[in-house]
Amino acid sequence: MNRVIRKNLAGYAFLLPWLVGFLLLAIGPILFSLYLSFTKYNVINPPQWIGLDNYAYMFGRDARFRKALQVTFTFVAFAVPAKLVFALAVAMLLDKGIRAIGIYRALFYLPSILGGSIAVAILWRNLFNADGVVNTILGFVGIDGPAWLADPRYSLWTLIVLAVWQFGSPMLIFLAGLRAIPQELYEAAEIDAAGKVKQFFAITVPLLAPVIFFNLVLQMIEAFKSFSGAFIISGGSGAPLDSLLFYTVYLFNEAFSFLRMGYASALAWVLLAIIAAFTAIAFWTSKYWVHYEGERG
Amino acid sequence: MDAALTEPLALARSLRAAKAQRAKRAALLKHVFLIAASLVMIYPLLWMLASSFKPNNQIFGDPSLWPREVTWANYPEGWNGMAVSFGVFFRNSLFVTILSVIGNVLSCSFTAYAFARLEFTGKRLWFALMMMTLMIPYHVVLIPQYLTFLKLGWVDTYLPLIVPQFLAGDAFFIFLMVQFFRQLPRELDEAAMIDGCSPFKIYWAIIMPLSIPAIATAAIFSFIWTWDDFLGPLVYLNDVKDYTVPLALRMFNSQDSVTQYGQMFAMSILSLLPIFLFFIIFQRLIIRGIAMSGLK
Repeated sequence: MNRVIRKNLAGYAFLLPWLVGFLLLAIGPILFSLYLSFTKYNVINPPQWIGLDNYAYMFGRDARFRKALQVTFTFVAFAVPAKLVFALAVAMLLDKGIRAIGIYRALFYLPSILGGSIAVAILWRNLFNADGVVNTILGFVGIDGPAWLADPRYSLWTLIVLAVWQFGSPMLIFLAGLRAIPQELYEAAEIDAAGKVKQFFAITVPLLAPVIFFNLVLQMIEAFKSFSGAFIISGGSGAPLDSLLFYTVYLFNEAFSFLRMGYASALAWVLLAIIAAFTAIAFWTSKYWVHYEGERG
Repeated sequence: MDAALTEPLALARSLRAAKAQRAKRAALLKHVFLIAASLVMIYPLLWMLASSFKPNNQIFGDPSLWPREVTWANYPEGWNGMAVSFGVFFRNSLFVTILSVIGNVLSCSFTAYAFARLEFTGKRLWFALMMMTLMIPYHVVLIPQYLTFLKLGWVDTYLPLIVPQFLAGDAFFIFLMVQFFRQLPRELDEAAMIDGCSPFKIYWAIIMPLSIPAIATAAIFSFIWTWDDFLGPLVYLNDVKDYTVPLALRMFNSQDSVTQYGQMFAMSILSLLPIFLFFIIFQRLIIRGIAMSGLK
C-alpha cells in the first residue's frame, strides 16, 4: 500500500470519533439551526418558512430581546473586568515566594471549582435574600440593605458578585504567567529607582499582555454563555421585571417553555454572531497591545 | 580594627537590619490581608456547611459559623426529603458522570493523538476547526440537537447526555492533551515503528501511559463539569426518577413553600463533596492543568 495513503488511513481512523461528532453535533446542528431561524416551528407542526420575519421581529419589535441584550452586556461589562482585576491583584500578592502560598492559592481557588454547582447558586439566592445573611452583616455596620433579589435595581449585582467571587482560574493562569517574567527585570528597575507603579506598567503589564489577552477572551466568552446562576436565582424566568433576563435564559424559555423553536434558533444565531464579533474585536485590538516574545514590538 | 573603619560597617549593618525589619513588617501586613481576604472568600461556603447542621429556625439571617445547637437530622431527613430519595439522584448522577468521563478520555485522547503525532492531509484545517468549536455556545447547538434526539426517541433517556461524550465534543480536553503529547520525544514513536508497532499500539502502550497527568486532569475536569451539568439534564430529563443531583437540588429549592433550608443545605453540601474531595486529592494536577490550558 502507498505510504501516504496508509498514513492518511491511520490519521483519519484516530480522528473518526471527533469527525463524526463535529459533523453531527456541531456543524450539522449549526446549519440546521440556521435553517430553523427562518421558520416558525413549534415541534408539533412541521417548520413553516417565514423568511426574515424572526430577525425583523427581534430587531424591530421585541422589547424582551433588547432587555436581554442590555442585561447580558451589563453583566459582561462589569463581571469580566472586575474578575480579571481581582485575579491579577491576588496573583501578584501571591507571587514572589510568599510563605504558605499553597494554602492561599487553594482557598482563593475553591469558590471557582465549586462555583459551577447548582448548590452554590441556591446558596447565593439565600445569602442575598431580604432577611438573609448579607443584610444581617450589613446591619452590623448600620447599613439597611435592600431586598437584593426582589429589587430589579440590585438583582443583577448579586450575579456580578457571584461571577467575580470565582476569579480563581484566571488567577492561576496569571500566577503561571508572572512566574515566567525574568526577575532580573525588576532588579534592574530597582537599581534605576523605578517605583512599584512604574514597574507594574513598564514590566508586568507588557510582559503579561498575552496572558491578560488570553484570560480576557476566555472570560468574555464564558460570561456571554453564562446560564445556570441566572436561571436558578431568578427562578427560571429572569425575574424580577426581567432584570435577570440573561440572553441564554431568554433563549431557553423561548425554546423550551414556549416551544418557539424557530425564533429561539434565530436568537441562538445572533448570540453566536455577538460572541464571534467580540472575539474578533479582541483579536483585532490585540495587535496594538499584545506582543509575543520573539516578536518585534 | 580602629573605630574609623568599624563605623561605616556598623552603619551598613543597622541599615540592613532596618530594611529587613521593613520587609518583615510588609510581609506580615500582606499575610494579614491575605488571611482576611481568604476568609471572606470561603465564608459563604462555611456558612452553608454550618447551616446544614443548624435547626431550621436558626438558619436565616444568622451569620454565625458555629451552630448554637448542632443537629444531624438535616442529612437523613433531606436524603428522604422528596418523593424520590437522594440515593437515586446520586446514583443517576454517578452513572452519567462515570460514562461521560470514560467517553471523554477515550475519544479526546484519540483525537489528540491524531493531531499531535500523526501526519495526514487536512490536519491543519481540522485543527483550526476544532479550536473554533471552543467559541460555540452550547445554546446554539442545543435546539437542533434536542430536535434530533427527540426524533430518535432519546429524550427521557441518558443517551443525549452520554453519547456525545464519546465523540470528543470538548475541544478543551483535546487541546490539553495535544499540548502534552507534543512534549513527548518523537524518538519513542519512531523506535516503536521500526519494531513494527501499529499506530494504535503506540497510542495505547507508549503515549497513554506516559500521559497519565494530562489524562487525569482531563478526567477530573470532565467529572466536575458533568457532575455540575444543569442545562443538559434540564432539557432531556423530565421524570423525577431520572433526575441528576443538580435537578433534584433545583426541585428542592423551588418547592412552593421552601421551609426546610437545613435539609436543602445538607443535600447541597453532599452534592459538593465529590468535587471537594477531588480538589483536595488532585490539587496539584488541577492547578497545573489550568495553568497549561486555561480550563475554567
